[in-house]
Amino acid sequence: MRNTIVSLISIILGLVAGGILMLFIGSNPIEGYSYLLQGALKNIERIGNTLATATPLIFTGLSVAFAFRTGLFNIGASGQMLVGGLAASAVGLTFDLSRPVLLLVMVLVGLIAGGLWAFVPGLLKAKFNVHEVVSTIMMNWIAYWTIYYVVPGYFKGEFLETESKKLAESATLRTPFLTDMFDGSYINLGLFLAVIAVIIIAFIIDKTTLGFELKAVGFNRFAAEYAGMKVNRNIILSMLISGALAGVGGVALYTGNASSIQIGILPAQGYDGIAVALLGANHPIGVFFAAVLFGILYSGTGFMNAMTDIPPELANTIIAIIIYFAATSVMIERLLNKFMKRRSNRKDKSGPVVEKGDS
Amino acid sequence: MSYVVEMLNIRKEFPGIVANDNITLALKKGEIHALLGENGAGKSTLMGVLFGMYQPERGIVKVNGKEVRIANPNVANRLGIGMVHQHFKLVENFTVTENIILGSEPLKGMVLDIDKAAKRIEELSKHYGLNVDPHAKIEDISVGMQQRVEILKMLYREADVLILDEPTAVLTPAEIDELMKIMRNLIKEGKSIIIITHKLKEIKAVADRCTVIRRGKGIGTVNVADASEASLAEMMVGRHVSFKVDKKESTPGEVVLKIDSLSVKNNRKVMGLKDFSLEVRAGEIVGVAGVEGNGQTELVEAITGLRKAESGTVLISGEEITNLPIRDRNEKGISHIPEDRHKRGLVLDYTLESNMVLQIYNKPPFSKYGLLNESAMKTYAQNILTNFDVRSGEGAASIARTLSGGNQQKAIIGRELELDPKLLIAVQPTRGLDVGSIEYIHKRIIEHRDKGNAVLLISLELDEVLQLSDRIAIVNNGELVGTVIASETNENEVGLMMAGVAKERSI
Ligand SMILES: Nc1ncnc2c1ncn2[C@@H]1O[C@H](COP(=O)(O)OP(=O)(O)O)[C@@H](O)[C@H]1O
Ligand SMILES: [Mg+2]
Repeated sequence: MRNTIVSLISIILGLVAGGILMLFIGSNPIEGYSYLLQGALKNIERIGNTLATATPLIFTGLSVAFAFRTGLFNIGASGQMLVGGLAASAVGLTFDLSRPVLLLVMVLVGLIAGGLWAFVPGLLKAKFNVHEVVSTIMMNWIAYWTIYYVVPGYFKGEFLETESKKLAESATLRTPFLTDMFDGSYINLGLFLAVIAVIIIAFIIDKTTLGFELKAVGFNRFAAEYAGMKVNRNIILSMLISGALAGVGGVALYTGNASSIQIGILPAQGYDGIAVALLGANHPIGVFFAAVLFGILYSGTGFMNAMTDIPPELANTIIAIIIYFAATSVMIERLLNKFMKRRSNRKDKSGPVVEKGDS
Repeated sequence: MSYVVEMLNIRKEFPGIVANDNITLALKKGEIHALLGENGAGKSTLMGVLFGMYQPERGIVKVNGKEVRIANPNVANRLGIGMVHQHFKLVENFTVTENIILGSEPLKGMVLDIDKAAKRIEELSKHYGLNVDPHAKIEDISVGMQQRVEILKMLYREADVLILDEPTAVLTPAEIDELMKIMRNLIKEGKSIIIITHKLKEIKAVADRCTVIRRGKGIGTVNVADASEASLAEMMVGRHVSFKVDKKESTPGEVVLKIDSLSVKNNRKVMGLKDFSLEVRAGEIVGVAGVEGNGQTELVEAITGLRKAESGTVLISGEEITNLPIRDRNEKGISHIPEDRHKRGLVLDYTLESNMVLQIYNKPPFSKYGLLNESAMKTYAQNILTNFDVRSGEGAASIARTLSGGNQQKAIIGRELELDPKLLIAVQPTRGLDVGSIEYIHKRIIEHRDKGNAVLLISLELDEVLQLSDRIAIVNNGELVGTVIASETNENEVGLMMAGVAKERSI
């Protein structure tokens, strides 16, 4: 409840700050925001695109949040997305299976690839106490260069050296039913996977013995150890699950929103996941809404830019400011406390008054 | 009579609990004033109000006769009020000087003038007999020394009113004597002191007057000279308290814990426990007496599995457990009340409900097929909390962090006893508890023995070891000095053995 209020206040402050920026560059903020919203939600197609934009963010947000609950910083969602996307694309380009089986296998290999990519930092942390921030970032670059060589080497596109061959329509997560329903939008089955992931992760965290252990390790690993939990196993497991989530996020991005992988790009969604998790207070439901908000900002910004003089970078700026406020949530909480106190003080005044000193 | 501080009719509420209900406390200039109350009575809260950490819902604070509003600790500092918290607030890898000037750094032009500060700290330290090295790093000095650093910090800021929140809870007996000497020095220099404690002996030893609170309500203020320990205890608890532990002769059964030539390394990677052998039988309490840091931690951690044994064996009812994982040991009937309740004993950010099932959440009825059964956890937790009189704002749903230290301790002890272990390892079980709770915990530990279980008691309080144990093992420098029968020994003999002498009467 408290977290929700803090996040909402951060968002409002971020939007207000964005509005002030718009004023500075001589634009009308009301107009700017109305175009931003229109760009994201004006018609059913745009709504579809917004949700599709949010989909990988839901996965990376969940990934970061889940690891964080066990006290781990997974900065490597980008790399995990890349290898997940690569594994799924490789399967999609290589095997000729019936569509449901093919898609299922693609999602599974993406999940496994992402999981393994995060397993390595987990193992390093558990066995050698290597900090996961360092090792996950290193794994990002290993993924980056792997793509750099594997894609041109084995899955080269027909015209471009710098991206993989396009997946056949039937080997992507796009489906006519969704495309038609959303008027030609690139929304795809990835969204369903994301919603399922949110539910599963929320369930694991709140309702299972696994979640109980992981959170205990995250809050206080010494107490967890004392109570007989296997701390190292939990660290590895948590990274594995976190990476698997990002891996499926990669599948959704590269075989759903897009149908090929470009080389030389670490997907920004991986890092955005940190922001999403932060704003979502590391709770799956919070992550979902935070990702949708980011989706709105990202997908509305183009239209806003087309209709006004406001540069598209404003979306990033607003997000940065929101994150700034969310990260300094202590400040907001202090304000909240003050506010509440003032209200309770006011209540007090109507109560009995204490006589002044008579000792 | 002039009062330096008057707190009149203070009321402070927390969600679900009135921590201070109409409490009045007046501090005379130049006195040592004790604030006495059970765990969770509201002592820290009351001092928090005086130090500006909490705003009272009602009531007046006067300093030197003038009414003031202490909005935050900075205001308190400016009014000459300083506080040493129950848990120290020092930066581990900073030096003493750096810690003391943190927040009020002296400047020479634009740069920090550390030397000047260090010199002043040195002077202050000498003046009050604190014996603190201004250049030492916090992580390298003892807890007692850290406390003196906190005291120096107040003096450096020219505080005239010093608040000490349970300063003796973390100290060894020698350090306590030292602290009392320091307090008397401070009074001589015109300072006034409020000391929170629930150790009646200490109140009798240093305090001039004593204000007692019980469950958030002020009970009264008495002259310590006119009060006895028994009368103070009664005021605090609200009923008659017996200081003597009542127990029957023990009837030891078969061997439950057998330790054979156990050697264990300490944190500095040298042997902290050397070639140690001991047996604890069903139906007896074996106490381990020793000065802190003489192998007790290593012993306990090797039995419970938190630390690896280098050589030797540990057996439970004849089964070797030397290298088993912690959970397996728990399942074989070992329970452990840990020394450090914040580090090991509790997940402070978890609810009490979760903390009460910390070892058994994965067993029925608390879970089935990996799914938690929250209602079973809740009933189980509530039962422990009622049995052990754990007071908290929101019952089982309270976050462990919000409980006062004593209540946290009672919750841990309740949790461990509820597991009905064959071997209970109790490390400092009553540390930080008030007499009422101590009496209760002792009774429960003896009850546990009388049900035919083994108890290994590790305590730095010699009184406790002597009263509770059937046999006492004395350690010095990681080695067993000897074992004596509790009813046939005394403080002197054990004290000598703790210092490493008098081996001859071992059994
Ligand atoms: N910050 C807090 N939030 C909620 N409850 C608190 C807080 N601090 C203390 N309490 C509650 O207020 C009561 C008094 O606590 P405290 O003043 O710490 O007691 P003690 O006399 O042991 O120092 C306890 O029941 C404790 O759980
Ligand atoms: Mg206290």
